Amino acid sequence: MSLDTVAYVAPVDLRPQEPAPVSTRGAYGWARAHLFGSIGQVLLTLFGIWVIYVVVPPLLKFFIFDAVWTGTGRDACLPETVGRPVGACWPFIAAKWNQIIYGFYPEAERWRVNTVYFFGAALLLPLMFPKVPYKRLNALAFFGIYPVAAFVLLTGGDLDLRNFVLGWFGLDLGLASAGGLRVGFWLQFLIVTGIAVGIGMLVCPFFGGERRSVAKTILKTFAVIGVVLLVVDIDLGLVPVETRQWGGLLVTLVIAVTGITVSLPFGILLALGRRSELPLVKYASIIFIEFWRGVPLITVLFFATYMLPLFLPGRFTIDGLLRALVGVALFASAYMAEVVRAGLQAIPKGQYEGAMALGLRSGLMMRLVVLPQALKLVIPGIVNNFIGLFKDTTLVLIVSIFDLLGILRAAFTDPSWATPTTLFTGFGFAGIVYFVFCYGMSRYSMALERRLDRNRRH
Amino acid sequence: MTDARWSGSAPVRRWSWTDPALRSAVIQITLAIALIWMAWSFFANAQENLARQGIASGFGFMENSAGFGITQTLIPYSESMSYGRVFLVGLLNTLLVAFLGIILATIIGFLMGVARLSNNVVIRALASAYVEVTRNLPPLFQILFWYLAVLSTMPNPRQSWAFGIKPFLDSLASGASAIGLTPLGAWLKGMADAAAAPGVFVSNRGLVVPRPIFEPDANIIFGILVASVIVAFFVARWARKRREATGQQFPTFWAGLAIIVLPALAAGLVLGAPVTIENPELRGFNFVGGIRVIPEFVSLLVALSIYTAGFIAEIVRAGILAVSKGQTEAAHSLGLRSGPTLRLIIIPQAMRVIVPPLTSQYLNLTKNSTLGVAVGYPDLVAVFAGTTLNQTGQAIEIIALTMAVYLTISIVTSTLMGWYNKRVALVER
Repeated sequence: MSLDTVAYVAPVDLRPQEPAPVSTRGAYGWARAHLFGSIGQVLLTLFGIWVIYVVVPPLLKFFIFDAVWTGTGRDACLPETVGRPVGACWPFIAAKWNQIIYGFYPEAERWRVNTVYFFGAALLLPLMFPKVPYKRLNALAFFGIYPVAAFVLLTGGDLDLRNFVLGWFGLDLGLASAGGLRVGFWLQFLIVTGIAVGIGMLVCPFFGGERRSVAKTILKTFAVIGVVLLVVDIDLGLVPVETRQWGGLLVTLVIAVTGITVSLPFGILLALGRRSELPLVKYASIIFIEFWRGVPLITVLFFATYMLPLFLPGRFTIDGLLRALVGVALFASAYMAEVVRAGLQAIPKGQYEGAMALGLRSGLMMRLVVLPQALKLVIPGIVNNFIGLFKDTTLVLIVSIFDLLGILRAAFTDPSWATPTTLFTGFGFAGIVYFVFCYGMSRYSMALERRLDRNRRH
Repeated sequence: MTDARWSGSAPVRRWSWTDPALRSAVIQITLAIALIWMAWSFFANAQENLARQGIASGFGFMENSAGFGITQTLIPYSESMSYGRVFLVGLLNTLLVAFLGIILATIIGFLMGVARLSNNVVIRALASAYVEVTRNLPPLFQILFWYLAVLSTMPNPRQSWAFGIKPFLDSLASGASAIGLTPLGAWLKGMADAAAAPGVFVSNRGLVVPRPIFEPDANIIFGILVASVIVAFFVARWARKRREATGQQFPTFWAGLAIIVLPALAAGLVLGAPVTIENPELRGFNFVGGIRVIPEFVSLLVALSIYTAGFIAEIVRAGILAVSKGQTEAAHSLGLRSGPTLRLIIIPQAMRVIVPPLTSQYLNLTKNSTLGVAVGYPDLVAVFAGTTLNQTGQAIEIIALTMAVYLTISIVTSTLMGWYNKRVALVER
């Protein structure tokens, strides 16, 4: 029996030797694999190059090579006076710079905005880098002290508070005021503190608490509230600046930062509520979260602008920006709750069980064991939330608050800068600002995610 | 004699904060009281405030005459109609832009998502640039950009940009002539002259497209279309059952296409094409005929699609990457070619990852369509929560109704999503 009668064995010499495969290494191999491996690839590459050719050179030409860099009015940016095609009109941005950064904030008071900007950056930057020490102190300064200080600096403080709690029950001591502080208000504050301590000490035996420690906690809480109230109430001699005069980047940042600082504690509470075993707490949280997540932010802003004032007692008049802030805070809290919930769900059951085995009460278990881990896990999610919020701040221009985009939009109508390229310059500038902020934050969030990933693998 | 420790009566139950039942009762009762108090005070304040402003609450105003015009209406509308009608017009406009936006965003998003995974570095870089730029610019910025910077600076109708077969062939012809292919250019020019006049115009007044005019006979074709879709559905079901039972393949897609298209086409030919196309024509300073699409709609649609497509691209990319490489290799080793591998192995598994975030993007697009109010697109928020609210002052009713609409859309979508998730969830064995 010869070999070729076996059907399933190929005769060795039937196949010609194949040429060596085309190299997949080196510059040529790389280009073959990534640029022109087949006819389809070549066409795609050519198409891509064509797109780049159509998009990039005109943009560079418009924003850099043909741009006008100096000048004092629209004449500097008109092709007729310059004698060549004109690209971006940067003097327009330079002329509107102060409005873009400060809005209509009075010129003499702008140092206050600058101070707020400076301390914001000085506190936020070290918070962003994991290697810098004193995170707790830093976070406390940024989330606790900074907002109060910024509020006083930006508005001028001196709220002239009149009633504390007791006022709701019709008690108005009136009385004189000194240094922006009303004696009546602070008397009420002291009375309420006393009542609260009294109630706490009366009730605590029923809950197995210790009188002294309960009284201490209540006093501490009231001390913090008192200090905050004192700072915003006292007359520091700052000229009051109405929020109507704020604008531009200032408003954009105020809304975004307020949204995120307010939404963090509320979001945590809502997330815990949603996972609670108490049906009423659970369903109240679910309804709250799903309601605000289910409606568009504009309707929330409309709600805060038109509907909220109707729900409050007639004597309250709320400032326009504050209304928008309330809306943004409600909206952001619901989204933050879902981010935090994701973190809570990612904590393995063993951590809960371990904490319980150590005898921790549920409050302590959450505070000491679960939340620190969960919050660390969701930092990227919080940053992403912040990016969304930052983009959403533009919506306030619909309820006539002039944020960065609103100020630019108003500036477009300025006849002294009406040139054919003003619009594109303004959009280009705003686009660059938004892109730099959002892209920077998203990169940061990705870097954090990688870092967390690395840490978890150990 | 029994041990005193065991025989004594049960210890007096002390009220203790650590008792879970008591604690939960106290917390829930406190919360209930707080919620009820809040609701009651909102209600009381609202009544007091409304009484002071002299506004009657209730939905009676919905029947009053609106008295303002709307620039885009899908259903007949005139100024004398009621606010209820305004609500409906606005709702339909919202749904229209959301529906078209979802389709466009899905197409662009899938293309970009696949392009980001392309072997070709140029294409990959372009797709990445697209995704980064569109996702990092606020949607409102993009809408205003398209509206103010692009559409408003378009030429007026007399110099509008025309799209259609004729201008396309014209430009091809002049291109061919320019590079020396004169005979080809002349031939293309002849073709262009023979082709119908351009049908689509873009100008600073928006977009003008041809309008199909249906004659009564067209209803027959619609009927046939509906019937053939039903037939195609049953054929597909039969084919799937047979495949599952016997393993025999059936060209479901092509057969379905033939079942749907051919009868309608035949009917159209027999009935003598009951659908005619009305091309817009430039007369004087504006267009006559065709459908005029307002620039607000165009800018909103373009901006929303482009913005959402950036997110969809990332979802698609993540979905495809989530299918492990072993799946492709296993399919290849079973002898499947790359086409069926993609169609039968990769895509079904990727869809499981893609669909849930995709729906939430669809919801986001629908919610973002409210931004049209910034450029004056007459959606629900603009005409109802905007103009109607300003005219009537019925803030509570109007905003509650508007929110209810979006909530309903959200809830319906997430219910459908839950149903879908349950259907495609991995069956653990």
